[in-house]
Amino acid sequence: MHVPDGLLDLKTASTTAALSVSALAVALRRLRLGLPRRRVPLMGLAAAFLFTAQMLNFPVAGGTSGHLLGAVLAVVLLGPSAAMVVMTAVLLVQCLLFADGGLLALGANVFNMAVVGVLGGSAVYRAVCRVLPGRRGLLAAAAFASWCSTLLASIGCAAELAWSGVVPWGLVFPAMTTIHMLIALGEAAITTLVIVAILRVRPDLVEPTGTSPDARALRLVAAFGLAATIGLLLFALPFASSWPDGLERVGQVLGFGPAAGGRPLPAPMAEYRLPGLGSATAATSAAGFVGTLVAFALACALAAALAPRASAGAPPDRRA
Amino acid sequence: MRHDFLDKWSRLDSPIHRAPAGLKLGLALATAVACVAVPLAHWWALVAIGACLALVAAASRVPPSFVLGRLLLLEPLAAGVALLSVFQPDGARVAVAIVVRSTLCLATMILLTSTTPFAELLRTLRALRVPALLVTVLALMYRYLFVLVDEAERMQRARRSRSFSGRRAHAWASLATLAGQLFVRSSERAERIYAAMCARGWR
Repeated sequence: MHVPDGLLDLKTASTTAALSVSALAVALRRLRLGLPRRRVPLMGLAAAFLFTAQMLNFPVAGGTSGHLLGAVLAVVLLGPSAAMVVMTAVLLVQCLLFADGGLLALGANVFNMAVVGVLGGSAVYRAVCRVLPGRRGLLAAAAFASWCSTLLASIGCAAELAWSGVVPWGLVFPAMTTIHMLIALGEAAITTLVIVAILRVRPDLVEPTGTSPDARALRLVAAFGLAATIGLLLFALPFASSWPDGLERVGQVLGFGPAAGGRPLPAPMAEYRLPGLGSATAATSAAGFVGTLVAFALACALAAALAPRASAGAPPDRRA
Repeated sequence: MRHDFLDKWSRLDSPIHRAPAGLKLGLALATAVACVAVPLAHWWALVAIGACLALVAAASRVPPSFVLGRLLLLEPLAAGVALLSVFQPDGARVAVAIVVRSTLCLATMILLTSTTPFAELLRTLRALRVPALLVTVLALMYRYLFVLVDEAERMQRARRSRSFSGRRAHAWASLATLAGQLFVRSSERAERIYAAMCARGWR
């Protein structure tokens, strides 16, 4: 999902860079006020850990392999503000050390993966944690949040490509979301498995979610994340009506669609008057909704299968 | 253990390597902006940028095979977007533009990263007034990246030598355990590092 330079135009690159810098400034300010000094080295080490964890290849069918992205893992282990800074550090190093992700596109990459991915993921994580209490709830929340976070980041990426005029939204949105709905399943599974492994050894390292000293600030972050998510959806929905157009164009180019130019533009309101799932837009929206529900059910099932037994022994002694 | 897999060529000695990091960072950004902003009608400008990059690559003594290898490794996403963009009016032209522009930008970034040591980039970031916390996190991350990659390789070797199960579910579970263990170890290491930093007068 690392966008290289040369794809985004200047207006997209500068807008996303401004958004990322302001979000990052807020996160850094909150950390300066609230982060204990002894947690600073942990942030550096956590960034190095995420980078290393992304290099572990999990085998998928047919010789391909996937790897962790880690936004929600960072949220669960460090909290949203620190996660945002750590993800930014990872992206900066990938850009400046590996040439993975462009310099001009850095703002966009940080926005997708460190801002949208982290804030969206942490909002979903906190919301589900509140609904489903206990360790099983925590795992379900982490799984579902990492699924949502990956998907949201890919939608952000698609929106930027479309806004740059490189690819029409009607093409890039379905292509990116379909691929990333599957990639996100892997991300959810890996994140949950890693959290289970950490819970087994050092449950104290997983950030407690229930009672926190600055619940008001957390609620603020959650509200902002939720608002960003809803905003993104609102941003996405008007474009969703161009789906059939995009797909039709693919058909035309490949030579099995209706003749070019033969289809009159439908009135936008016509689709809303159709009952049931008459229009392609409604059908695709429904597909997205059902997909989300299925992902949530899968997250709950995964959590139920992986949750440690209630009689988990005391954590082993901690070395200072 | 290989400790140079990340920035293998950034410590060579050449005029390009000796140039100040801030200048190179600025030039790389300017090149990216130029590649994006130049309209396709002025294709000669893109050719000129390509020629300049080739000169820089030759002067930097970074092996061409390395640059080409990285290009091939990083190109797929741009190629995918180009493939998608074919399906629109005037798609072929857009696709060619995407491939040319992103290849030039990728070559710029590969040359920047393989001629500039990361420590100098950090110094530049600090001079650019990037917040101290972010620079500290970056510095710590760069310093311990090699240690953690080493540790992960050691753990993977240990796992391989003790188990030969080929089942995929088993591989996932053990890889995830490895990652979890790696985080536990890094957080314990962070505590020791904090103590060491305090002992040496970190304010």
